[in-house]
Amino acid sequence: MTGINRSAAQLLATIVGNKKVGQYHQILISVGELVSQCKPGNFVAISVGGPNSRMVLRRAFAISRTTTSPQYGGAIELIVAPFGSGSSWLCGLSEGEQIDITLPLGTAFGIPTTSVNALLVGGGYGSAPLFGLAEVLKERGCRVDMLLGASTGSKIYAPLEGKRSVNSLRIFTEDGSMGETGRITAPIAQLVSELQIDVIYSCGPMAMLKAISEILAGGDVVHQCAVEEAMACGIGICMTCVLPVKDESGKINNLRSCIDGPVMDGSAIEWDLVGKTLVL
Amino acid sequence: MSQLDFSTTLGNAWFPTPIFTASGCASSGKELSQFFDLRDMGAIVTKSIMTKPRAGRATPRMAETPSGMLNSIGLQGPGIDTFLSNDLAWLVEQKARVIVSIAGETAEEFASLARRLRGVAGISALEVNISCPNVENRGMVFACHLESAQTVIEGVRRTIGGDLPIIAKLSPDVTDIVSIARGVIDAGADGLALINTVLGMVINPNTMRPHLGGRTGGLSGPAIRPIAVRAIYQVHEALPKVPILGMGGVSSGADAFELIMAGASGVSVGTASFGNPTAIVKIQNELRQILTVKGFSSLREAVGFAHRPENSVR
Repeated sequence: MTGINRSAAQLLATIVGNKKVGQYHQILISVGELVSQCKPGNFVAISVGGPNSRMVLRRAFAISRTTTSPQYGGAIELIVAPFGSGSSWLCGLSEGEQIDITLPLGTAFGIPTTSVNALLVGGGYGSAPLFGLAEVLKERGCRVDMLLGASTGSKIYAPLEGKRSVNSLRIFTEDGSMGETGRITAPIAQLVSELQIDVIYSCGPMAMLKAISEILAGGDVVHQCAVEEAMACGIGICMTCVLPVKDESGKINNLRSCIDGPVMDGSAIEWDLVGKTLVL
Repeated sequence: MSQLDFSTTLGNAWFPTPIFTASGCASSGKELSQFFDLRDMGAIVTKSIMTKPRAGRATPRMAETPSGMLNSIGLQGPGIDTFLSNDLAWLVEQKARVIVSIAGETAEEFASLARRLRGVAGISALEVNISCPNVENRGMVFACHLESAQTVIEGVRRTIGGDLPIIAKLSPDVTDIVSIARGVIDAGADGLALINTVLGMVINPNTMRPHLGGRTGGLSGPAIRPIAVRAIYQVHEALPKVPILGMGGVSSGADAFELIMAGASGVSVGTASFGNPTAIVKIQNELRQILTVKGFSSLREAVGFAHRPENSVR
């Protein structure tokens, strides 16, 4: 054992819920005892399309929250946008059907040991894992404020029950169809000073994560972001999902966002080098 | 039912089972060890290692394609020093059997890598990857040119001495794979790894440009299996005594059996592990079952079976 994904297991799991919420599907999967190993920020990799599928690669999804009930035991919830052929297949499954799933994978959001002021920033359905995180932070006595944003209102994911776990919630859409008009990143600088924010947790498109990192550059606010890179395996063997990350000595290396992420220190990522050829 | 002899050999190296990882598809083993015991398979074939640390190509590095995928990694790796002190040391400590894969930009780099590996304990064989398609200079694909392929293998053979088996990994992107195979065997290789990925490209309909950062990539997965079967069959027909480590789109025991019947003595599993971390265990169990049901008493009897005359019996 090496410590890489040391709690991970592969299993056949049963779908115990599949509900359409706006443009997304809220999919509940019974995973038994493993649920206790699943932390906010962790993700799962699911085999899609059935045994004769021409889709050979797993699909990665962030765990949005975990739950335990006497009816189906431990379960995880995923928020899935049926945009691609793999995610559409998953959204088409009914309760009782089984899927081949590997979990929990990757790094989790770091949880402070003392009560701090946290700002949670979610773009599109990237907001999904932030609600589970908010609950954990509240239990630690943290103040939790949340910003959600998307191009349009139908792409905002904000479940009613999730709103209870935050001190404040502001929604931004670029077309003004829901909440305030504008980009989610617009109010961040002001909020950081007004609310004396210690840490920002973010999840969403890479451009949003980059913009937040630029706003925070040079300051002492910690930025924990969950990145999104195309993965073939999700377990660290394919080397496709790399990002340029600076280590303590200032050296930049291509790290795998599946095992060294998805949660990474936003200030260590060399955002301008993403998608460029790195010379060591 | 009699006990099946599932063992195989590649040159003078013996393995208890014929199922291996494919280089570049298992990193250095640590990641898969969470899902199964590495000692349960034939050997881990490590990701091709070069002299210096290498960052690899720009992202995006992959695209899923029908029954396959393109990758454009570009030999990202830690370099031979870190590989020896960290990765290989860990594998040896785990008592995993190891085939080390090496890649170089020049014939001299291959030879110097072989020099670093000479005498290192715990290595069963050396894979010489002369066919990685993801390099800036296509001239580096030594396996596409008979003379360059031979120069590399001669250099490695001379450096490594006579004991450690050398397996030359060849590209299917050539007009006549048999002549390249014969050439590298004449130059001192003990066996062949067939096949590396097939050069391909995907154009993104949104950006209307090649999707991969490196523009071209290597196609792998079930889509290329018939190409692997054909290459193995042709080479085994011409060189029946040369051991072949077969690979290309194997995702079930039946697929592995097909490559073995074509002439492979061992089978590497690559892309299937991306889709299923325990694919190797599944394939191994299914293959054992198939051989038993077909009445074979050893794996060896099945190697190259498809070449036997129509009316021959097992």
